[in-house]
Amino acid sequence: MLSEEVLSVFAVLALRRLKREKIFILSLFLGIFLITFVCIALGNMFYTQARDISALIEAAKDINVLEAIWISISAASTATLIAFIFGTPLAYFLARKEFFGKSVIEGIVDVPLMIPHIVAGIALYAVFMRYGVLGAPLQRLGLAFQDAFAGIVVAMLFVSFPFFVDAAKEGFKQVDPRFENVARSLGASQLRTFFEVSFPLASPSIISGAIMCWGRAISEFSAVLVLASFPRSAPVLIYERFTSYGLKAAMPVAVLLISICLLIFVLLRLLGTKAGSSKK
Amino acid sequence: MIELRGVSKRWREFSIKNINLEVKKGEYFVILGPTGAGKTLLLELIAGFHFPDEGKILIDGRDMTFSPPEERNIGFIYQDYMLFPHLTVERNIAFGLRARQRGRFKRERRERREEIARKVKEVLRMLGIEHLAKRRPATLSGGEQQKVAIARALAIEPRILLLDEPLSALDMRTREQLREDLRRLNREKGITMVHVTHDQTEAAMLADRIAVMMRGRIVQIGTPREIFSRPVSAEIAEFVGVENIFSGVVVRNKGGLAEIKIASAGLAGSAGLAGSAGSAAFSGSETIFAVSKHGEGTAVNVFVRPEDIILAKSIQDFGGSSSARNVIRCEIERITSVGSGLVRVRMRNGLVALVTAHAVEELRLREGDEVLAIFKASAAHTIKT
Repeated sequence: MLSEEVLSVFAVLALRRLKREKIFILSLFLGIFLITFVCIALGNMFYTQARDISALIEAAKDINVLEAIWISISAASTATLIAFIFGTPLAYFLARKEFFGKSVIEGIVDVPLMIPHIVAGIALYAVFMRYGVLGAPLQRLGLAFQDAFAGIVVAMLFVSFPFFVDAAKEGFKQVDPRFENVARSLGASQLRTFFEVSFPLASPSIISGAIMCWGRAISEFSAVLVLASFPRSAPVLIYERFTSYGLKAAMPVAVLLISICLLIFVLLRLLGTKAGSSKK
Repeated sequence: MIELRGVSKRWREFSIKNINLEVKKGEYFVILGPTGAGKTLLLELIAGFHFPDEGKILIDGRDMTFSPPEERNIGFIYQDYMLFPHLTVERNIAFGLRARQRGRFKRERRERREEIARKVKEVLRMLGIEHLAKRRPATLSGGEQQKVAIARALAIEPRILLLDEPLSALDMRTREQLREDLRRLNREKGITMVHVTHDQTEAAMLADRIAVMMRGRIVQIGTPREIFSRPVSAEIAEFVGVENIFSGVVVRNKGGLAEIKIASAGLAGSAGLAGSAGSAAFSGSETIFAVSKHGEGTAVNVFVRPEDIILAKSIQDFGGSSSARNVIRCEIERITSVGSGLVRVRMRNGLVALVTAHAVEELRLREGDEVLAIFKASAAHTIKT
């Protein structure tokens, strides 16, 4: 009897709480579908693989698999580094300067996001192949792209740099130009102002942009497949195994790749937020 | 020290036209004007954050019109402080000093570091903020942040300090204190200050000279006294807060003393500000005597500052006849305290007087009382409409 009263009091309080939080209940109800979407896809894979641990361990010991994963990680990192070196000045310019045709330039930056990856791959192939407009002269200088590591980097760079530039641009936009004015009035040159004021203040967005860029780069498949299916990046390896031997052969490598990527991603995010917050 | 010749600039929604002014060395120069007048843009042109479309800017006789900010040695203080949030107070202040660092060798660099630390300490002490050295800007109050901003600018030993509404974001007490600090810096260190504000009291208290800026143009330059008691246009008068404004016609002018018949309160041809509530009682019947050169028949606006009006209960109380040419009988409509021991007494006929609370008590003035508003002819300023 006592417990019934207690229960009914809780019920009343809970209902009142629900009424106040109506919009959040609704948001959660709708949003949960997307969360479930991801969880089902990944969860199912991990669960299935957990029932066949030996296959997972086999994959982890396979030198081809390890090599492929290493190629993916290093190519993505290289692509991100290139995006950072060239994208940071571009982002700063776009953040600060108004000029005729600016929206065209900004549109061009976003083009790689809009076109299908296979189309990107074919476009890049036509340019960087052994007989391509850039591929031929560069080949003579010793740099090969078709079916080479550089090709993987180029394909990854093409599809992922917009993430970086867009994020870095927003980061710079958020830095009040008056900070730069004050720095200059104190005697700092434009360059010093950039490195000591603008860049540090924009760094949380820049770091975040670099992480997104890396994530996008490492997950690129179609463009890499067309331009440089050899040496095999991890997605290409998984694809080959899937088409040749089926799901059972591909799944362990997929699980391995996802686990490593997630780990790195989470680590980078943690480091990123720590770096960002220490600046505040 | 600073000379602007024919400076014009258009930037975003702001434009300033044909600015000519000169700031003398060691002067405390205030640019006074309503929001949107272009004051900040003007200041930023002097600092070199923008380059003018037309005109020249000379600093110490040298043409610096297109010199970059880092070559001008001018400190700049923004209203929002703009302290670098990712640096401590110390490093904020040292920023300018480090920017000029030149040491290439280890020993030179160490010596330079020590010198910088010493200068930072000195400037912290000058503003009484040593205890804030290791703090981050986000943890400081507005007043503290502004002091750090000033310290940071002073560290590079500028000849000129530009201040963009430096006190506007602060509470009253901090504002008063910082006002004193700024004046002290100007007097003791001889730093030329150009201070932008929309607050006429601030301008009156700090300035050696004021330039009134409206809608992108300089409309009057003069000492505070000149600006506040002899504004050259009705618009300026309205902005600097002269409250007793009446329009009328000169009926007689004898030897420089003009007798003006008042038509209505408020500016002729404008909605008028002061006296709009009590205009009825004043119209048609009152006369004001003013020291003026305007001849018979001229339509004029007459201004009298509230501080210049003396109140008395009767002419006998005031001591019989006096030299004051204007003795106006009126009824008190409203008495309001305005702080600092002052009281604003508004009459039914539109006149406003500023007197001490002490006086109000002594005279036992109440709303509804009849009083005499007395002011000299020289306190009434006329402008042809």
